[in-house]
Amino acid sequence: MIVIGGSAGAFQTLLSILEGMDKKIRIPIVLVLHRLKDQGSLLEKHIQLMTHYKVKEAEDKEFVKEGFLYTAPPGYHLLLEEDRSFSLDSSEMVNYSRPSIDVTFESFSRVLKEKCCGILLSGSNHDGAKGLKKIADNGGKTIVQDPDEAEFAVMPKAAIEIYKKHDVVTSNNIIKRLNYGFS
Amino acid sequence: MIDFGDLDEIVFLIQKIYGYDFSDYSRASLLRRINRFMENSKVRSVFDLKYELVNNQGTFNKFVNEIVVNVSDFFRDPSFFKSLTTNVFPYLESYPSINIWSAGCSFGEETYSLAILLKEFELLHKSRLYATDISSNAIEKAKKGIYSNKNFKEYSGNYFACGGKESFNEYFISDKNNFIVNSDLKKNILFTRHNLVTDGVFKECQLVLCRNVLIYFNEDLQDKVLNLLYDSLPINGFLALGSKESLRFSSVGDKFMEIDKTERIYKKIR
Repeated sequence: MIVIGGSAGAFQTLLSILEGMDKKIRIPIVLVLHRLKDQGSLLEKHIQLMTHYKVKEAEDKEFVKEGFLYTAPPGYHLLLEEDRSFSLDSSEMVNYSRPSIDVTFESFSRVLKEKCCGILLSGSNHDGAKGLKKIADNGGKTIVQDPDEAEFAVMPKAAIEIYKKHDVVTSNNIIKRLNYGFS
Repeated sequence: MIDFGDLDEIVFLIQKIYGYDFSDYSRASLLRRINRFMENSKVRSVFDLKYELVNNQGTFNKFVNEIVVNVSDFFRDPSFFKSLTTNVFPYLESYPSINIWSAGCSFGEETYSLAILLKEFELLHKSRLYATDISSNAIEKAKKGIYSNKNFKEYSGNYFACGGKESFNEYFISDKNNFIVNSDLKKNILFTRHNLVTDGVFKECQLVLCRNVLIYFNEDLQDKVLNLLYDSLPINGFLALGSKESLRFSSVGDKFMEIDKTERIYKKIR
């Protein structure tokens, strides 16, 4: 499973990554973006235009399926159960965020171990750094957008700071990594 | 930190000693809460956790408060409350007396929000609100009705977004740090402990709110609790769930009609 986290400045990068992905790839993607509440399904509709995946908001206790890209609903943390169904959680914010990227990275990594690929994009707070390290510690692949390319470098930098061995690359190379690794 | 493999033993231990049944809670969520508790309380290993839980009732109480999620706001999801006043209140109006159950009321924010709206629609005087939670700590706090000023502005904004007619201020007394719910708002509310997992029907109520509670349960327990809520409603009674909860997979799904699909408000029809 591919789990992508991002905040300020991540959206355009995300769209170009999805657009560049090999159409044969069907491994489930889960997306945690910091976003405003009450935007309806605008985000999902926008993403749907750029990808061959079927885009939908993750629902509580829904099973993860191939060919789908799931978004974490605003106002909830997104967790993964051992049977690969989602659980939502409306508890405290983490890193001033709900959904928090750390929470999702950690939860998915716990279940998926080396079968979890984490990608952290542009953003202006530290959410995601600890979780991405957990994915790496559990044997999963971790990719960080090159801070020099990211519109907001704080988030990628924070991840690199606490763990040096992430694969740090530009978005073009993120596409290459995905197309090489998953098709 | 503990992992999925440690859960069963801890759940068993708690059930045996204290009678709380967490066996049908969402495992991903339960694991996250337990690890959060361990981190905050500096309990390092699963061995230490078990030792503490068995030997220290104080630790156990803290543990339960951390495990059951008690996060809420005044007028959380304004669009929900707006729908409630538009789609449900007119029906409630026709009853000589109204019983409402707020199941999983946390620290009382939702219950007081509801009481404010009932008052503004001139329904509070004939309403009785039963607000219950599994956590006795939450119930004690809810009864007191004291909240930090930190979020007051946000709550006030939510209140107006719900269609509040007066001023949010008016329902509270505030000092430098806190605001306190006025006693006339508390008059018609009964806060009491109730466990949805092990206790039965609380009281027949024309409106039952159970929001952001089911997501912490697995599907079996969700269905069991939905049956309990169903049994608590008369025909034409209303059920309100959290904005990401639904009756879709439930055995009582076809006994309700959707009143507001987005806001997850349902009416019992059979």
